[in-house]
Amino acid sequence: MIAVMTANLSDPRWLRRLLPAASLAIVLIAIFAINQRAASYFGLSLMLQYAVPIALATIAQMFILTVNDLDLSIGAFVGLAACIAGTWLATEPAFCILLLVLCIAAYAAIGALIQLRNLPSIVVTLGMSFVWLGLAVILMPTPGGIVPDWLKALMSWKPPLIPFPILATLIIALVAHLLLMESSIGAVLRGAGGNPRAVDQAGWSLLKIRMSMYALAGFFSVLSGLALVGLTTSPDAHIADRYTLLSIAGVILGGGEFVGGRVSPVGAVIGAVTLTLTGSFLIFMRISPDWQIGAQGGILIAVLALRALIKLKEAR
Amino acid sequence: MLETAPRIVSLTGMMKSFGAVQALAEVDLAVGIGECLGLVGHNGAGKSTLINALAGTLRPDGGEILVNGAAQNTDYNVRRAHGLGIRCVFQELSLCPNLSVAENTRVFHKRLRGLGWRRRAADLIQRKLDEIFPGHGISPHAIVGDLPIGQRQMVEIARAFTVTDDPLRLVILDEPTSSLDAVAGKQLLTFVRKIVAEGGSCLLTSHLLGDVLDYCDRIVVMKDGSVVAARPAAEFDRASLVAAMGNVVSEARIAAHERTVRQRGATPVVVRAKPASQTDQGELIAHKGEIIGLAGLAGHGQTRLLLRIYEAASRKSADASITGPVALIAGDRQNDGVFQLWSIARNLTIRSIRALLKSLLINNHAETDLAARWRERIKIKTPSVDNNILSLSGGNQQKVLFARALGSDAQIVLMDDPMRGVDVGTKLEVYDLIRAEAESGRTFVWYTTEIEELAHCDHVYVMRDGRIIADLARAALTEEKILQASFQDKTGREGLAA
Repeated sequence: MIAVMTANLSDPRWLRRLLPAASLAIVLIAIFAINQRAASYFGLSLMLQYAVPIALATIAQMFILTVNDLDLSIGAFVGLAACIAGTWLATEPAFCILLLVLCIAAYAAIGALIQLRNLPSIVVTLGMSFVWLGLAVILMPTPGGIVPDWLKALMSWKPPLIPFPILATLIIALVAHLLLMESSIGAVLRGAGGNPRAVDQAGWSLLKIRMSMYALAGFFSVLSGLALVGLTTSPDAHIADRYTLLSIAGVILGGGEFVGGRVSPVGAVIGAVTLTLTGSFLIFMRISPDWQIGAQGGILIAVLALRALIKLKEAR
Repeated sequence: MLETAPRIVSLTGMMKSFGAVQALAEVDLAVGIGECLGLVGHNGAGKSTLINALAGTLRPDGGEILVNGAAQNTDYNVRRAHGLGIRCVFQELSLCPNLSVAENTRVFHKRLRGLGWRRRAADLIQRKLDEIFPGHGISPHAIVGDLPIGQRQMVEIARAFTVTDDPLRLVILDEPTSSLDAVAGKQLLTFVRKIVAEGGSCLLTSHLLGDVLDYCDRIVVMKDGSVVAARPAAEFDRASLVAAMGNVVSEARIAAHERTVRQRGATPVVVRAKPASQTDQGELIAHKGEIIGLAGLAGHGQTRLLLRIYEAASRKSADASITGPVALIAGDRQNDGVFQLWSIARNLTIRSIRALLKSLLINNHAETDLAARWRERIKIKTPSVDNNILSLSGGNQQKVLFARALGSDAQIVLMDDPMRGVDVGTKLEVYDLIRAEAESGRTFVWYTTEIEELAHCDHVYVMRDGRIIADLARAALTEEKILQASFQDKTGREGLAA
């Protein structure tokens, strides 16, 4: 038994899988070491409250990365979803939900366009990011809006024992994991990233696969927008601009790769939480939050360097 | 197979051209029920094209496909072939490297869904692997990308033989033993005989002629896009099979070369290189003014050796040394050769840019002059060298790549099978050009998959499995010798016992 365990631990593949969790643990330990009070129900709830929308956006980006694409419009799209929710969700919920469903359909249509015309996803989504942002600015030129009470109540819910952000991110990770890693259709979806030609020849429609992935990304982005509205209570068009790059960083930090369909939903959520925590870490270190993006970049570089080292070991 | 014997598939009058190259010229092929058919031929003989047409991955220009006696129309594709019970194991793997063995089985079978799909997929592939390759040691939950190439090939083969709802009638195995070791290869061929005995059919290509001779019922030999021989395997032996595959280089051409034969070693050595996987003393040596041929089956390390020589120009290495500037002419034109957005002139002069500098800027006059000179010299068919490179035909694009190398200061020119998909007229022009340049002192190292082109070389090295295994002077060069060296015996014996 012991022999089996040591064999597993010295296997570089295991090291690679443990890397996202290890980096989260290091950031958490560092925070708790500086400020013991952070290791409480209240402290964790406060530090992690923005982890929920960021984790949702990261899962959305992960679906796109699974089929070897990259979405540069997620931030703007989450912003638009937030503005739509802030404008109509309280007053005309049915109309609001219809609009959000249309947004998800638009995302699926973008996926179809990219597949059919064989376009680079970076270009298409970069262009679409200006469309989403423009719509959001037209809708809500200044911060404001009305947020329904039930959404506010949900986001500030205090369940017993486990803080809500931890519970929510666990559920997000579990749902995405079941969908992509455990279901039989998930295997086909990931296969489309690994070897599209083989999946096509086995009789699956790459068009349907890509449309599904983009629709899923749209759906999770809308959820991210709703979570954000529930937290801030006064959305504006630029509320989620940083989410585009943050979501990419989260997926990569969580062990995902840009090509080849190698992604991990659990890892992606861990990556998103780690990036969220760096903000708190800097505050506890009494460093200006202006350095937050730099610190996130630093973590990303450190983790990627470690992963490259593990890969070198694997190659040997 | 008798004319009246029942057939699983029958192809008649298959035609396919790629540009000016005719890959299939009215080929007929039939596989009987309960038959193992061997398909052999040298590179470019049309085997792969024919197999792809049968598997539904390539649409032929003309011809008829009958499966189980039913004619297939133009919407015949890989899915339809699969539904009719035709499975294909290709040389390039069709597994998803990011998925596990079981998940790859799931991608192949629509039926494997719902609760417990993973266990059922694992069972299915595990049982088939155990049946074909006893003692394989592959876990159905291993990620395919982490497996060594041999085990990946086993999974690919076993998966092709798994059955859920679609029937299994014919399995096409394209070089299946190329990445299997001797034991696994033997296990597979034994399994194939078992399937055939049970009434299944199999189409097998292999460059291991011993496998084809020992395990196939009938052998079809292809050459230059046509079937040149089709007889029961028992009527072939190794020698007659090699003879059927080859074609004799025309006597006149050989005579012409004999007249110009030069004493090897009269000029200094300019290239010396040893392949990475060479364990013995074999190495490539080129003297100034020589045309050195690199032969052997495609993908046996020739391109890697060329790149090794190319790298020696900028990095000192114990295994490769060159004297003088070097240029490489790429074979994969679209990927490695042309800059698609640039003009003909820019594409042609890029290798010589240092000679065209005036202070720090490119001298436009000199650039246009150089391009215009080479356009005249090798007759690039274009109204203006300022047109985009893609306005040229494939053959003319290749001429530009030749001009890029020959117009530069390079004294050593490496050629990576540059005549792929080039029409005959252009080829003849370029052959003359290479000859003339060699006589004026340039050295060429020429990898080619076309045996006829080796007749232009002064000295030929044959490569197999990344190693130089034969070293033939021009006087000793015959096609038969090259084929014998390229096609290895399972026992490791070098070709025919002479």
